[in-house]
Amino acid sequence: MAAINREDVAHLARLAHIEMSSDELDRMAGELAVIVDSVKSVSEAAGDGVPATSHPIPLTNVFREDVVGHTLSAEQALSGAPDAAQNRFKVPAILDEA
Amino acid sequence: MSDATLSFEEAMEKYDPVLGFEVHVELNTKTKMFSSAPNVFGDEPNTNVNEVDLGLPGVLPVVNRAAIESSIKIGLALNCSIAESCTFARKQYFYPDTPKNFQTSQYEDPIAFDGYLDIELSDGTVFRVEIERAHMEEDAGKLTHMGGAAGRIQGADYSLVDYNRSGVPLVEIVTKPIEGAGSRAPELAKAYVAAVREIVKNLGVSDAKMERGNVRCDANVSLRPYGRERFGTRSETKNVNSLRAVEHAVRYEIQRHAAVLESGELIVQETRHWHQDTRTTTSGRPKSDADDYRYFPEPDLVPVVASREWVEELRATLPEPPAERRKRLQADWGYSDLEFRDVVNAGVMDEIEETITAGATASVARKWWMGEIVGRAKNADVDPGQLGVQPATIVELSRMVDGGKINNKMAAAVLDGVLAGEGTPEEIVAARGLAVVSDDGPLLEAIDAALAAQPDVADKIRGGKIQAIGAIVGGVMKATRGQADAGRVRELILAKLGVEG
Repeated sequence: MAAINREDVAHLARLAHIEMSSDELDRMAGELAVIVDSVKSVSEAAGDGVPATSHPIPLTNVFREDVVGHTLSAEQALSGAPDAAQNRFKVPAILDEA
Repeated sequence: MSDATLSFEEAMEKYDPVLGFEVHVELNTKTKMFSSAPNVFGDEPNTNVNEVDLGLPGVLPVVNRAAIESSIKIGLALNCSIAESCTFARKQYFYPDTPKNFQTSQYEDPIAFDGYLDIELSDGTVFRVEIERAHMEEDAGKLTHMGGAAGRIQGADYSLVDYNRSGVPLVEIVTKPIEGAGSRAPELAKAYVAAVREIVKNLGVSDAKMERGNVRCDANVSLRPYGRERFGTRSETKNVNSLRAVEHAVRYEIQRHAAVLESGELIVQETRHWHQDTRTTTSGRPKSDADDYRYFPEPDLVPVVASREWVEELRATLPEPPAERRKRLQADWGYSDLEFRDVVNAGVMDEIEETITAGATASVARKWWMGEIVGRAKNADVDPGQLGVQPATIVELSRMVDGGKINNKMAAAVLDGVLAGEGTPEEIVAARGLAVVSDDGPLLEAIDAALAAQPDVADKIRGGKIQAIGAIVGGVMKATRGQADAGRVRELILAKLGVEG
């Protein structure tokens, strides 16, 4: 696994919408490097023939039948919203259309 | 500002198009992919949601078994392999259409992969489209942009979000790069999306209404000089939501790319937005770091294991494949090869089937859809099925014509009235005072006048050239301002002239 550097941390911070100062980037690069280093031992233990684990508990096919259950009312759904209008969540204008 | 384009013919002389499609299919399960909230279109905003759909802290998504089964069926119908085991992954991005800041999707191990679809073009040529994968994910909420120009995002003051659609099960079908379509690329694009729509509708796993976004297409287009193996830079035109639009969007992008390349510039890899009104695309956002979605396995969901027994059970429930269904329908309806191909190319096969189910004969259904509705849809720039004609309306109009109450010309006018929202055919006939002149008296007078006005035609008919009768019938229809039953007029003319029909 590649080491993590200050550039990587700045990139991740931007993706995660976290504002970080120059000092914080330096500190976090150091701390994350230690963590990544620790995780490296896992990569060494698992060769190419070992599939990645997606879940620690050996369970598969946990399904729900297709039956309608409970819903929230619009009022309940919006109760934690910073702003709302016309029974909908109101958000600032988004210039960058996804 | 509009982009420069080359004529399609010139673009095709110089460049070889390569296509790729991502088609999103909304499943019609009763509940959502990971929550038990109802999957219903058109309800009051934010009422078909629960805590899972809103991504509230501490909630646990649980997979809908029916959605898995529908996804496997789609995979099988696309001739895909079905994964023995597959997982879900989080696709992280910040946009208010998802309240969780990630979309639950699949990444490295889609439920279905390596399939193909044989697409029949309008002249009967079969073109094979390879399917890369079909993976499961959830739909996002719906944003409405307020303020600014006509709901466009540019200049909007704020946006309103309805999460009813959030968590609706989706299957995203991704093709491999489609090479060798040449100048048939736009037609192939339309035919491919039509085929996917037909399959999911036929399987009963989706309502498949494009106007409701049940089937949505992102179209990738790139050009390269003939003979070069490496692909050109592609653009991705998002959410092209009718079959007509798919064809037009691919054609437009080919013309735009060609103009850029001809001027010596480079294509920017970007998202494009399709505009139905101008039939053009505009630049969205460039692909960039922001597309680093940092997928990782979804820790709240366990793997889906599709045992071979389960897959075979599902395979056994698949309906007849589209090609066989077409053969059966053509035989049932008694259409000639040409008639049936025209029906398929016009995209009204399902509509005709529904109309026949509603009580019309096969010939009446074809006459209405091909003769009246397809043309109106073309003028309105929508797919025929999106015009809003109900099968029951056609049945009612046809009964009125058969009963001699109105003639075909009036029926067509009544159809316009129905589409304009004036009421049912019965109401419109009453309101407009429409009725066929069924009393033979006025008709005989008009026939006498028409025969007198065109004595040479009358002689031809007497001499056995019955096909000349159209001129006389036309004269009578004109004199009665279209209010006569043309069939009855024909009978009366023949009787008058003493000719066997």
